Amino acid sequence: MDLLSKFYFNYSKIIKTIKIYLLLAGPGMIVMIADNDAGGITTYAATGAKFGYSLIWFLILLGPVAYFVQEMTVRLGAVTKHGHAEAIFSGFGPFWGWFSLLDLTLVNWLTIVTEFIGMTAAMSIFGIPPLVTVIAVIIVMFGIVLSGRYWTWEKITMAFCLVNLIYIPAAVLVHPSVSDIIHSGFVPNFPGGFNGELFFYMMANIGTTIAPWMIFFQQSAVVDKNMKEKDIPWGKFDTIVGAFFTIIVAVFVIIVTGTLLYGMNIESAGQAVHVIMGTHQWVGTLVAIGLFDAGFLGAICIALTSSWAFGEVFGWAHSLNYKVKEAFWFYVFFFAGLVTAGSVVLIPGAPLVLITLFVQVVAVTLLPAALVFLIILLNNEEIMGKYKNTLFDNIANITIVVCIIVLSSLYGISTLFPNLFG
Amino acid sequence: MATMVRVFGEQIVSIVRESTGKIRSINQKYANPKIQLSGGAKFALLLLELYLIFLVGLLGFKFWTIVTGGA
Repeated sequence: MDLLSKFYFNYSKIIKTIKIYLLLAGPGMIVMIADNDAGGITTYAATGAKFGYSLIWFLILLGPVAYFVQEMTVRLGAVTKHGHAEAIFSGFGPFWGWFSLLDLTLVNWLTIVTEFIGMTAAMSIFGIPPLVTVIAVIIVMFGIVLSGRYWTWEKITMAFCLVNLIYIPAAVLVHPSVSDIIHSGFVPNFPGGFNGELFFYMMANIGTTIAPWMIFFQQSAVVDKNMKEKDIPWGKFDTIVGAFFTIIVAVFVIIVTGTLLYGMNIESAGQAVHVIMGTHQWVGTLVAIGLFDAGFLGAICIALTSSWAFGEVFGWAHSLNYKVKEAFWFYVFFFAGLVTAGSVVLIPGAPLVLITLFVQVVAVTLLPAALVFLIILLNNEEIMGKYKNTLFDNIANITIVVCIIVLSSLYGISTLFPNLFG
Repeated sequence: MATMVRVFGEQIVSIVRESTGKIRSINQKYANPKIQLSGGAKFALLLLELYLIFLVGLLGFKFWTIVTGGA
């Protein structure tokens, strides 16, 4: 009897913990999974096609890196109740504030264009014209945010996050050699030696793991969700879970493309889907759905990031908990970002490849600034109180931030000057 | 037609005036940063400024090579 009551007590405790987590889960999970956007899937697909499973170990290392950066935004948002854009204005003055806000808006808009490129490429596999895809996507996205409740938006978006796991069955269907994956993927190695090309791909994977919008998004989402200081441990746990899933998805994309496309030069996820579709229709279909979902998640989160940031700075009502009438400019900005970015994809002969490359260069101008501001703010006792960075936090975060700044800068520069690294 | 153009022009002027007023008020609101920057933080911001100047220079150089057909 005693054993039974103990079991029931523990069972109830676990169920209660899961329920609390499901209530508080969201920003961390969404930001991490949306990080595997159309550009991210393209990078993983190209990496798998080029190096097979050999760089899986490197992607696994990027999970903790993403976690350490993003958990800072949870603390900053929960303690200050301000988004990152407002925190920069408030902490560093108008010069850095305007620089961050305008740079964020530009890089976000360009990134949304790349999300639409991914979505239209994925839907073209099923014979759906780009115009129909763009219009349908904008209507659905607007429908989701118009629910008038942050909670509803968050849970619908989390359902889209689950679709991102579609790469797992796709990987199972291609029957990869588990032994090959373990031997060449989980043991650190540099396929073909540490040369310029490998370095470029490693930098691209870092660039896609930490993007400027993620910092602004998660902090604003924590504020919009009204997370309190007592919720910080849950926010951190949510971020860990998200980081775990983002790496899982990345690894499975590598497994799919490393098995089916090994030795090919892949320049876009759309190209990868077309090639896979030619040989494995089911796998191609799953990968196309995954690519569409990745672009969808990326676009909805990134468009919101810009709206939140402008709302914070301009003093507009800027919460998903408001109706359109109450937060008119917030929704107008969101809608305008999506419509203009979607329209670019429909322009015949638009320089889409150039835009994709330009995103990486512009992102490099913002990422170091956003990360440096994050570290400085997290070290300010007046703002953070007992939640400021500890010595361990600083050692880990500053090391990671310096590495990200150096590598992402090299990546951006190598995009400008492609022959720089041989 | 002339009336329409005039009304449209007035609207644009009004929007621009409102926006500049808003931007000015934002600049005033945040004119004095609320946090005290330590020496390390000031040094980090200086490095950041130099880094951005370097990047802008690189972008300018790339643009120049494209325009002149040098790259």
